[in-house]
Amino acid sequence: MLTKRIIPCLDVKNGRTVKGINFINLRDAGDPVEMAATYAEQGADELVFLDISASQEDRKTMAQWVREVAHVVNIPFTVGGGIKSANDVAPLLEAGADKVTINTAAVLNPGLIEELAKAFGSQCVVVAIDARKINNTWVVHTHGGSRPAGKKLYSWARQVAELGAGEILFTSMDHDGTQQGFAVDALLKLNTLLHIPVIASGGAGVPGHFLDAFVLGRADAALAASTFHFGKIKIPELKKFLSQHNIPVRL
Amino acid sequence: MKTAIIRYNAGNIQSVAFALERLQAEYVVTDNPEEIAGSDRVIFPGVGQAHTTMQHLREKKLDLLIRSLRQPVLGICLGMQLLCRHSEEGNTPCIGIFNEEVKKFQADAQHKVPHMGWNRVVYNLRNSHPENDDLNRVQFAHTDDFYFVHSYYIPINSHTSGFCEYIKPFSAMMQKDNFLAVQFHPEKSGKAGEKILKFFLTSF
Repeated sequence: MLTKRIIPCLDVKNGRTVKGINFINLRDAGDPVEMAATYAEQGADELVFLDISASQEDRKTMAQWVREVAHVVNIPFTVGGGIKSANDVAPLLEAGADKVTINTAAVLNPGLIEELAKAFGSQCVVVAIDARKINNTWVVHTHGGSRPAGKKLYSWARQVAELGAGEILFTSMDHDGTQQGFAVDALLKLNTLLHIPVIASGGAGVPGHFLDAFVLGRADAALAASTFHFGKIKIPELKKFLSQHNIPVRL
Repeated sequence: MKTAIIRYNAGNIQSVAFALERLQAEYVVTDNPEEIAGSDRVIFPGVGQAHTTMQHLREKKLDLLIRSLRQPVLGICLGMQLLCRHSEEGNTPCIGIFNEEVKKFQADAQHKVPHMGWNRVVYNLRNSHPENDDLNRVQFAHTDDFYFVHSYYIPINSHTSGFCEYIKPFSAMMQKDNFLAVQFHPEKSGKAGEKILKFFLTSF
């Protein structure tokens, strides 16, 4: 049986991870390579890296640290941040990344999804969607969640899938950072509508939230950042908990 | 002991090379026929589309070379599928080590395609595959989760040495003579994947 995936997400700025301050047993908590290796060792199923450097100039080092991560880490990983074209993607995949994720660029230029799927295969195209509920409608946002995109979540998600995305990484901005649980209703709707995997993101606080995302939201994978980085949830314990509740996980 | 990783228009070559480095194995990435033929072991990786990849291999005559190899060969993912007789993907005649047809997964309400993620494999690791009629006596002693990404699969057959199930049971691993083939990505499958690579590099 295909297992549900647990995915820590690391923000990288100028080649250094941010937010990693409370992580135990790290010699260098700002080193993406060492954090990645630690998570892989703990049983993470995949990793996502988002380069949040302010400018393209600062992102020049991206392929370099991606290569270093690929050298050390023996599980699949996705990288994103500032990808606008197939030319941006090729060096990242060549450096050893398994997938790339695009967000704002996909909204501004939906054809990019199709272009990347054709050039590299759907399996390596993850489209991230940030959305929040406004007047009872899920509205897609871009530019790190700062701008409403004039698109509704479900129709955009369907279009993304039709254009050839391999996965959708759905972040509920309403839940992100609250540690009060994932947006289970929206996840269920997405998983009913789509025939591609959906990764739940935003709101993880306790192991039960992951259980809800998988059982009630029918998510294929769940992603979290701070709750893992600060050691509030430890991956081996989370997986043991999920397994005890009959969720197929890799132990 | 040198392992050749066949260089062609495939996606995961760097990842396979890094995995061998982690195991401190000596390797070379090459499409030079003499270098491939002269190496102790050969890895035939692969992420991509069957038809365009076979076309590329034929242009470089690598299909004939692979067929002629007598040292241990490991096919990974698309590499495994291309070792079969024919693939439904692009209606493509393949290299033909395994006399099998590669089929497309049909998605249903419970199963998305591609089959992507970690799935359980029950398998055995043997130096050579026993005769078909001995299959019942083979001990499938290992169970591990491996990382898969694929839309096409090879049905269970007499060369299957590892079983996985998605929509239906399929071949996660096959063995015939000097050829070992895996549908999953050992280079991305954590410690379990390293176990397979180590087996191939030292014992197969």
